[in-house]
Amino acid sequence: MSRKRRRLWILLLCGLGLGSATALTLTAFEDSLVFFFSPSDLAAKPMPPDRPFRVGGLVEAGSVTRSTNAEGRAETAFRVTDGARSLRVTYTGILPDLFREGQGVVAEGRLRPDGSFAATSVLARHDETYMPPEVADALKRAGHWQPGQPPPPAAQWNTLSRPAAN
Amino acid sequence: MDGNAAPRGSSLHRFANPGRFMRLSGAMLPWLAALAIAVSALGLVWGLAFAPRDWQQGDTVRIMYVHVPAAWMAMGGYLGLAVASFVSLVWRHPLADIAAAAIAPVGAVFTAICLITGSLWGKPMWGTWWVWDARLTSVLVLFFLYLGHIALTAAFDEPDRAARPAAILALIGAVNLPIIKFSVEWWNTLHQPASVTRLDAPAIHMDILWPLLVAAAGFLFAFASLVLLRMRTAILERRARALMLARAAAARLPEAMPA
Repeated sequence: MSRKRRRLWILLLCGLGLGSATALTLTAFEDSLVFFFSPSDLAAKPMPPDRPFRVGGLVEAGSVTRSTNAEGRAETAFRVTDGARSLRVTYTGILPDLFREGQGVVAEGRLRPDGSFAATSVLARHDETYMPPEVADALKRAGHWQPGQPPPPAAQWNTLSRPAAN
Repeated sequence: MDGNAAPRGSSLHRFANPGRFMRLSGAMLPWLAALAIAVSALGLVWGLAFAPRDWQQGDTVRIMYVHVPAAWMAMGGYLGLAVASFVSLVWRHPLADIAAAAIAPVGAVFTAICLITGSLWGKPMWGTWWVWDARLTSVLVLFFLYLGHIALTAAFDEPDRAARPAAILALIGAVNLPIIKFSVEWWNTLHQPASVTRLDAPAIHMDILWPLLVAAAGFLFAFASLVLLRMRTAILERRARALMLARAAAARLPEAMPA
């Protein structure tokens, strides 16, 4: 075996070892690598009370109630859903501009004794679809996209010609 | 010079190939640089001024035309760095060392652009400049890997001695590339999943996708131009250094100077 061939094999073996070690480590630490838990994750693996964590999902359609508390600050209550389960979240403060029903959110806070989630911060999470507003409106008008639901598959709309804005 | 080199098998192409590289790259570089400026300008003007707004993000989506091409160059650049390092370690090709040292600072700049524009995009859309989710953190690690490579390369007075440790660092860091790419699929992240490089149809409307792809092509030409320019400069630097060393040696031993 030539020296070049030997160096090639040594490097490939090192790469294999390093790759496996990394994969094992990442699998072992999976719970601390996720940025947030979904309501289903929490149902499967309940969090101890008083431990801060993040919960993420979509804002359930029709679940948002806004009010003003005694100090005059905006209070918002809504349910975060992953389709299968949902969790009631309350938050006092200013929400990101993207916050609305059907939008992705990540809330950080703790569980209350009554099982609802007291958020200390709410971040908006947007999905990976990008389309002009006219196309989004056309899809909704044609009934291909129910409001408050995720957008339809991209193949349905990513080549649609843009209707004239009106 | 060739006569003095140790009689190793690679000594001949060691000097022949950089010569051919200098001729080829010298002819290509002006065209590549012109393409880089023209195509980047076309993509950015198209994206920033003429592409449609986005249904959920409005005009803020235009940060994408800088952020996404920069992110692709940051990762593609590191892939190039890893390939050059692999070639350097296995075949000991001198051009591979020069390429690796040339790529790292350019890749670091594109990674910095990606991180800064991402932060500027995160504040209005997510509501935060920065979070420690898997995607953002792994890209920050990529930036530090580039910086580590630059520091390691600069830590040796003799550039040839820096090549091997720097190549090993670059190859170890390459495990981060699949982590960056798949972080948004393996773990819950604040960053959204991939829109373009996915198995099914791109989740971007054509009117937004085309300017993005044009801007990315422009960034690619810019990356290649900068790397070629840096490689040429490094080769010229080495030649100047070799000439100075030869002159200094000749000055010490005047009788050994060739006629």
